[in-house]
Amino acid sequence: MASPQPRIGVVTYPGSQDDRDALWALAALDAEAIPVWHEETELPDLDAVVLPGGFSYGDYLRCGAIARFSPATAAVVEFADEGGLVLGICNGFQVLCEAGLLPGVLLRNESLRFVCRDVPLVVERDDLPFTSRCVQGQTLVIPVKHGDGRWFAPPELVGELEANRQVVLRYGEPCNGSVDDIAGICNEPGNVFGLMPHPEHAVDPLLGSADGALLLASLVDAARARALSVV
Amino acid sequence: MLVRPKQGILDPQGAAVETALEHLGFSVSGARVGKVVDLEVDASTPDDARAQVEKMCEQLLANPLMESYEVEIHG
Repeated sequence: MASPQPRIGVVTYPGSQDDRDALWALAALDAEAIPVWHEETELPDLDAVVLPGGFSYGDYLRCGAIARFSPATAAVVEFADEGGLVLGICNGFQVLCEAGLLPGVLLRNESLRFVCRDVPLVVERDDLPFTSRCVQGQTLVIPVKHGDGRWFAPPELVGELEANRQVVLRYGEPCNGSVDDIAGICNEPGNVFGLMPHPEHAVDPLLGSADGALLLASLVDAARARALSVV
Repeated sequence: MLVRPKQGILDPQGAAVETALEHLGFSVSGARVGKVVDLEVDASTPDDARAQVEKMCEQLLANPLMESYEVEIHG
């Protein structure tokens, strides 16, 4: 008998900040949100995993570079390799890039300033487990808050990603100097997605926008479908 | 070891440093900001030390997408 609620883990690294908001938002969207400590070498039984925002291990050396080697990240890589759903938000996106689950790297913002504001995001794909509740071409308003959010990859890699339709979200206005205004990308199979904006901070109109709930609820739907299919 | 932003990658820190130097009256161009990591390693020969550090660079200390590195051995 499958659990009526999908089980979605949120990894807490030393220096993670948005893990609690992510847990709260997922629970509000009817998932069973499960904290996962960074020292855990095996994930509990999960239908999806979220790597949250923050400054894991102080973001020393490079953002996400040290978190990449934490035991929980190794377990997440294994989970992703088996087709598990993985969402990386902000610092979590940086960790996924450093871990090689997503292409490219996040560099210091072109302005050298920390950006903290709501930004418009254009949805490039609505056929992913993370965007099924969105419509292609739709504009979402979701906050960003980062100093190192300029996604970069060499031109040949960008061309490959565009051809594979791995760009999921683009900034609707200049934000941080990202190549092609890329705000979020997925891996080729589409089970791993990373974005700099924070959907977990935009799940209720009281917070200024509920557009982030479209992304997270898509993930909850997909995780639920997986939970039911494994019965 | 020295880690540098790769050629062709926009380095806003380098650009900011260059502008500040120009404000001080220096005539400079091409400023790039990287980092230095000093390490002590147990190694029998300088070549062994270099091989160890290069492995560290590839795994952790530099990201080959955005950075190049150079290893210097002393002592």
